[in-house]
Amino acid sequence: MIPELGYISLTIALGLSILLCIYPLWGAYTNNLRLMRAAPALAIGQCVFVFISYAALVYASLTDDFTLVYVASNSSSSLPWYYKITSTWGGHEGAMLLWVVMQAGWTALVSISSKSLPWPLRARVLGVLGFLGVGFMFYTLLMSSPFESLLPYYPVEGHDLNPLLQDPGMIIHPPLLYMGYVGLSVSFSFAIAALLTGKLDNTWAKWSRPWTISAWLFLTLGIALGSWWAYSELGWGGWWFWDPVENASLMPWLIATALLHSLAATEKRGVFKSWTVLLAIAGFSFSLLGTFIVRSGVLVSVHAFTTDPGRGMFILGFLAIVVGGSLALYAMRASAVSSPGRYRLFSREVALWLNNILLCVATLIVLLGTLLPLVHKELGMGSISIGEPFFNEMFSYLLVPFAFALGVAPLLRWKQNKFNALKNKLLLIGLLSIVITASWLYSSYDVVSSMTFIAVLLAVWVTISTIFDVVERATKQTSLIVGLKQFTNSYWAMVSGHFGFACVVMSVALTSAYSVERDVRMMPGETVTLNEYVYRFDGIKEIVGANYTGHAAMVSIHKEGEKVTKLYAEKRLYNVGMQFMTEAAIDASLGRDLYVALGEQLNNGAWALRIYHKPYIRWMWLGGLIMSFAGLLILLDKRYRGTSKVPQKHKDSNNASQPVASGEVS
Amino acid sequence: MNPRRKKRMMALLAVVFGLGSAIGLVLYALQGNINLFYTPTELIEGKGPENQKPFVGQKLRIGGMVVPGSVKRAPDSLHVEFKLMDKGPIVKILYKGILPDLFREGQGIVAQGNLIAPDTIEAFEVLAKHDEEYMPPEVAEALKGIKHEKPVYNNVKGDY
Repeated sequence: MIPELGYISLTIALGLSILLCIYPLWGAYTNNLRLMRAAPALAIGQCVFVFISYAALVYASLTDDFTLVYVASNSSSSLPWYYKITSTWGGHEGAMLLWVVMQAGWTALVSISSKSLPWPLRARVLGVLGFLGVGFMFYTLLMSSPFESLLPYYPVEGHDLNPLLQDPGMIIHPPLLYMGYVGLSVSFSFAIAALLTGKLDNTWAKWSRPWTISAWLFLTLGIALGSWWAYSELGWGGWWFWDPVENASLMPWLIATALLHSLAATEKRGVFKSWTVLLAIAGFSFSLLGTFIVRSGVLVSVHAFTTDPGRGMFILGFLAIVVGGSLALYAMRASAVSSPGRYRLFSREVALWLNNILLCVATLIVLLGTLLPLVHKELGMGSISIGEPFFNEMFSYLLVPFAFALGVAPLLRWKQNKFNALKNKLLLIGLLSIVITASWLYSSYDVVSSMTFIAVLLAVWVTISTIFDVVERATKQTSLIVGLKQFTNSYWAMVSGHFGFACVVMSVALTSAYSVERDVRMMPGETVTLNEYVYRFDGIKEIVGANYTGHAAMVSIHKEGEKVTKLYAEKRLYNVGMQFMTEAAIDASLGRDLYVALGEQLNNGAWALRIYHKPYIRWMWLGGLIMSFAGLLILLDKRYRGTSKVPQKHKDSNNASQPVASGEVS
Repeated sequence: MNPRRKKRMMALLAVVFGLGSAIGLVLYALQGNINLFYTPTELIEGKGPENQKPFVGQKLRIGGMVVPGSVKRAPDSLHVEFKLMDKGPIVKILYKGILPDLFREGQGIVAQGNLIAPDTIEAFEVLAKHDEEYMPPEVAEALKGIKHEKPVYNNVKGDY
């Protein structure tokens, strides 16, 4: 009964979103206010019914309703209740329904908080969101309904949730990523609405910016969490594999990062307008492309979702309509939104422009590396794979100009700068960075490769120039403390975003260069020494969990005779699916991670163990968090919280955002 | 040329130069990092219409089914060797390290490594997918028509 209710609710929601797609857009076209006014109610109604539908699926999963194909294949009665809830997005059909839930949620949120928007724009934004909702709901209902029934013959026990997904990190990772993917659809709708309206000014950028930043924030958190999960859960200590599914999330992130930089320029200076619109279109298109890659199974991936060519074709068709339609519209209308801004070679505009170009090149490289195997195969030239080294190499090349420009950019002012005024500052920062990097690396490590040196140098360069800029701006007119308090959130966001990026670069460079990884065969009582840490294998213990049994290796770690910690590295066998899972044991700290994973049992009571020493790896996820914090700072900015009540003038936004930067360097 | 045109010309040249060097770098990086996929049959008998065989020393990927009973562990190290097959010919894989959780005899796997003899590969990576019924598509294709042996769970359990 309940599952049928879920199905019916989803159908009703589809009906409402069809109306949401037609009424407001038609109303905006014919300038009929009554039709436009229907949009918010429709958006909220659609959202309510989608939520009912999702609640029905959660209920079915919690009550072990194995008459549903979805519940029977993704859950089991012995699963703890919280994993029963998360199993609703552990499989393809449920994940798509979650996608629809988020789409509806974002749409409702936009309709609530867009009261200050002029009706034609508001109606168009909601109409475009409605159109996207129609696409995804059709897909869910026709191609991948989680409410499909097994009646009259159904199993008494479910197939269990994939043990890899039975982890706290996995509870929030997919929803975060989906929030990001779907959130980009709001920026997309704003862009399409601007093209339809033919009006794109600073106010538009100001409205669109918080949505883009929220989407970016969720994507950043989702990717960081996914990387952390892969590291701690997959049992081989890797944190990024350049797997097609990871690439699918990285591409929208890169574009979204470019977009929020170009939006800042559009908001503050009114430049890059048509480019911003193009990026907003590209961002969501890459989200869709990612879905296509993940769901269609055209590419081999470690994320083994059940795949189906029919589904792939549907998404590909939808992708073609969305991308083709929006690009056609862009081609027709982009001239209406072009921007007249003038600026010189040494200006912040050019720095942002460079940032955008490099981020787009990075996206194209990921796209190429991800799709080339597919093209190669379709052309009948055989299956190939493009290895990690390709991506690593390309990203190292890109990092150099990107991080260098990132260090210069904050020091640049809008419009133009004199090079001479900058030269001395840059020389000073550069020298300081080299000294710091050299003394740090050569005092800590015996061998320093040039790649590692350059990467760490760039991270230090970005950090120092950011600090330099903070101090310089703060002390310009007043004392340091007073000056620091005068900065806006938007400025702090830039500082924190760039600092987070520096942390990630530093961590990636040092972890890649100085990780020690060793697979060893150990008898109980034996020891292994890695980077001054002595690992002793104390023996094996049997473990029994709620739905698994297994073994835990007890490994005690000593450094210079003193006990550091005792780790329990587990190997679990999940009862229902009979699947093995490695649960690595990690002793984490800012300076290093000690990582132990249990391999298979060998003869004579010996076991295979994987022992890793990973320096500075925590800084990678910490950096991700610091970057997301930047997004949060902008969202908390008064200017955006005020938008729903008081429509502000541009003058205000210009002054508020750049109180210190307004003094041009002359 | 007036200054404005000159400036545009310079900008255009910069773009062309940047694009050119980017494409050059990409192609250069790709060259060393494309790994062709082979099945055991293709490795032994050659692949495609020209029966192209890989040369010894080449980096490649191979996918097939682990021959039941072929997994041999060294008694005092993590060296392991096993045999891989699809339709007929058998290829030997050498590996040192810990095999993935889902590695089982009779199961499809993908190995990445260097060809050290015409029928032997020294693998630096062995992948088994995170799904017990998973088959790499290439392997599934190669195995089409022959009976796929399902792993027997009881045996696996017996090891513990």
